[in-house]
Amino acid sequence: MNLTVNGEPRAFAALASLLDLVAELGLDARKVAVERNLEIVPRSAYGRTALADGDRIEIVHFIGGG
Amino acid sequence: MDGSVQTEDTWSVAGRTFRSRLIVGTGKYKDYAQNAAAAEAAGAEIVTVALRRVNLSDPSQPMLVDYVKPDRFTFLPNTAGCFTGEDAVRTLRLAREAGGWDLVKLEVLSNTKHLLPDMEETLRALKLLIAEGFQVMVYCSDDPVYALKLEEAGAAAIMPAAAPIGSGRGIQNFLNLGLIIEQSKVPVLVDAGVGTASDAVLAMELGCDAVLMNTAIAEAGDPIRMARAMKHAVIAGREAHLAGRMPKRSYADPSSPLAGLI
Repeated sequence: MNLTVNGEPRAFAALASLLDLVAELGLDARKVAVERNLEIVPRSAYGRTALADGDRIEIVHFIGGG
Repeated sequence: MDGSVQTEDTWSVAGRTFRSRLIVGTGKYKDYAQNAAAAEAAGAEIVTVALRRVNLSDPSQPMLVDYVKPDRFTFLPNTAGCFTGEDAVRTLRLAREAGGWDLVKLEVLSNTKHLLPDMEETLRALKLLIAEGFQVMVYCSDDPVYALKLEEAGAAAIMPAAAPIGSGRGIQNFLNLGLIIEQSKVPVLVDAGVGTASDAVLAMELGCDAVLMNTAIAEAGDPIRMARAMKHAVIAGREAHLAGRMPKRSYADPSSPLAGLI
């Protein structure tokens, strides 16, 4: 499965859901927010959000800023 | 007891009430541990934060929320780096999902040299955000005309720059800032440009509700000590504002009575 994650093209084994992708990347779902093809995915919906080849995923978090 | 009436001095924005009038940024620190210690030393209850892509190549790197904890501080997500209303809305939608709250700081910049706000685009972005239910504290220029437009559009707070972000030059236009404070019914905060404690005192003496700063603390020789200095400065300025200063005179007025001299 080919996805673009944070601007980088990446290949993954089949992923059942967005929750699997977040786990595959080693991220804590409680500390990030995710956009799939420019649409926000609520954290509660990661497990039922299926991914499709070519999806553009953005995964962000809070960092220091003024 | 000195007999004076002491009531707790608080301020409110978007229905939330705070005791500390010092909001601190979380950028430019040596590390997140120093950042958290500075925020504590400042007595801050609100900290600004930015939203960025996670580093996929090293997911184990330290995360802000593990040091500056959201259950200790109210996070105020910003739109730093946004140059259009659409960028700002997209960023804050994600911030709302990441943090679960709607109080945000809008800043729409014009160019990277001076980082002064693009006020036409800021006003447009504000209207977009309010339509989506955000409570918006707005970084703006020290222009009373635009400040009023922001308030009329529904801004939760007006936050004029004292001077360009990170410049440490202090308040450049006392007259305009005074006019903004006088006309505004929502809180006014000096945001950006504070360099040292006296700048914060002056902002508070003038009647600001609070001060927001980042670089003045983060780039101080001893950030923790400067955070403490800023805490005292904001309190001193606020107290002086409430106390009401003495009139300025052209000539001396003796403090010891002249009558009864031997």
